[in-house]
Amino acid sequence: SCWIQMLSALSFLQVLFFGFGWLFFMRKLFKDYEVRQYVVQVIFSVTFAFSCTMFELIIFEILGVLNSSSRYFHWKLNLCVILLILVFMVPFYIGYFVVSNIRLLHRQKLLFACVLWLTFMYFFWKLGDPFPILSPKHGILSIEQLISRVGVIGVTLMALLSGFGAVNCPYTYMSYFLRNVTDADILALERRLLQTMDMIVSKKKRIAVAHRTMFQRGEVHNKPTGFWGMIKSVTTSVAGSENLSLIQQEVDALEELSRQLFLETADLHATKERIEYSKTFQGKYFNFLGYFFSIYCVWKIFMATINIVFDRVGKTDPVTRGIEITVNYLGIQFDVKFWSQHISFILVGIIIVTSIRGLLITLTKFFYAISSSKSSNVIVLLLAQIMGMYFVSSVLLIRMSMPLEYRTIITEVLGELQFNFYHRWFDVIFLVSALSSILFLYLAHKQAPEKHMAL
Amino acid sequence: MAALDRVKVLVLGDSGVGKSSLVHLLCQNQVLGNPSWTVGCSVDVRIHDYKEGTPEEKTYYIELWDVGGSVGSATSVKSTRAVFYNLLNGIILVHDLTNKKSSQNLYRWSLEALNRDVAPTGVLVTNGDYDREQFADNQIPLLVIGTKLDQIPETKRNEVLTRTAFLAEDFNAEEINLDCTNPRYLAAGSSNAVKLSRFFDKVILWQARGFAAC
Repeated sequence: SCWIQMLSALSFLQVLFFGFGWLFFMRKLFKDYEVRQYVVQVIFSVTFAFSCTMFELIIFEILGVLNSSSRYFHWKLNLCVILLILVFMVPFYIGYFVVSNIRLLHRQKLLFACVLWLTFMYFFWKLGDPFPILSPKHGILSIEQLISRVGVIGVTLMALLSGFGAVNCPYTYMSYFLRNVTDADILALERRLLQTMDMIVSKKKRIAVAHRTMFQRGEVHNKPTGFWGMIKSVTTSVAGSENLSLIQQEVDALEELSRQLFLETADLHATKERIEYSKTFQGKYFNFLGYFFSIYCVWKIFMATINIVFDRVGKTDPVTRGIEITVNYLGIQFDVKFWSQHISFILVGIIIVTSIRGLLITLTKFFYAISSSKSSNVIVLLLAQIMGMYFVSSVLLIRMSMPLEYRTIITEVLGELQFNFYHRWFDVIFLVSALSSILFLYLAHKQAPEKHMAL
Repeated sequence: MAALDRVKVLVLGDSGVGKSSLVHLLCQNQVLGNPSWTVGCSVDVRIHDYKEGTPEEKTYYIELWDVGGSVGSATSVKSTRAVFYNLLNGIILVHDLTNKKSSQNLYRWSLEALNRDVAPTGVLVTNGDYDREQFADNQIPLLVIGTKLDQIPETKRNEVLTRTAFLAEDFNAEEINLDCTNPRYLAAGSSNAVKLSRFFDKVILWQARGFAAC
């Protein structure tokens, strides 16, 4: 009966997470689209639910809820299900929906979906080769094989997002980087855009008139051929197809220009909004935060470099270290065990919540930016895949932030992975991502004012 | 080219419904081979014979402005799009028959295009909520076009067509349902072609009388 109680409590929580994922999908991601495929929505919510359950099990570990054997059982169960989803279900459905979009392969959807899935598995397996992630004593079909590869992909993603986020956050928060945009700038650009559209219209009118004349004279499909045809085309006084193709080229160039001008105008509008926002109280608060985050970002880059150069991975977690410092240097005595448990809980809780929230926000932004009604299903499944891998790797890395006694369960469940490798890999990718983001933002920032000066 | 001679019709609708294919079909009488995402606005020109077959027949150039994007776009994008809504003489609202959301979003699209102060006579829309009476009389000519008709199975056709009839009634507009990849829906003499021709005649009349949404 105790067992049944625990099971029902855990299932209830899982259903709760599932419901949250479902609502998030409906209200935020797909609010402008019609969901025709419930399969996609179910897969997304299930991935989200099982990922959150992993974090919930970590919290249970710290708080000592349930007994350790039942926790271990749930860990293993959850892990198996998540791996099943991430390695079998989601990639297969991604292949299936990609194939559905291509008209040619419509008939043999299942067959081609299987082919795509097998290709994915091949590359997924090959991923293990260049990395020293496993000790040779593991068999082929073990959980460790799958987890290690999922971990590599997930950690890479986390580090990329972290690096970019660490640099982008102060850049967007601080108003120091905001370019000065006046209403006159916007009006001038809008005028240029409308002038370009007018030019396109007048050229298209000429083309339309020429087509109509040619159609009425029955010349549309008669391209003069042969020797006499060439003579005839030289002497005929109509505009001729060479002139038309010249106009068409001009139209294509003007249309490209109009697209660029549109994007630039939208950019100016967005900057103007941000300038106005920065004058409000909220804006000033974020500006201040931006300075704080830039210091934090510099410190993180510095620490990553130190870790790589001196080849060290932190042995103690921040909680224990913090407590040691307070006890040894500040001379404050308190019950280490009690406090370490509660502070770990809070710290780990904050890390979990901010990383879930940050990921969901980033995914939503990506989704709005790149999806259209055709590709929305594929993109959502890709996002579910990324989310799952991200959360699995978070569990891998969070181990470092927890005191020793709580780390053991993760080590036991995930098996003997080379955890140090993952931290090193994270530092490397983080550094690369942060430095490239700085370079990228610097170039983008420099290029923008020059564009406006050319007007 | 004097401003008075220009006849401008806006083509609005969610992204992916088939506005670019539709405009290409209307202007070039051909099916668009490789539709791609519209960035900003793309214009095309249709030659229309006003009052065809009567002694007052006259040829006009109708500019079809196909504005890309979605109703939920960022405010900066909406402000940029607004520059294309000047001096309108007519609006074609396009929705996807297989996607109910795109039909519902038409209300928001029409509000976005018409939600401006108007100087002389014409449409005056000031609040942000959709109100049926705004579309009753004395309004800019509207046409509702439903695309991807071929993708609706025969059994569901009646249900869908009833729904779209209500939609068109709400806008006090005619409706045409077609498949943009098949020119036969707009073949000369078909009822769709007649409706289209009537719509453009209305637009030209509207423009000639000096009514324009600025």
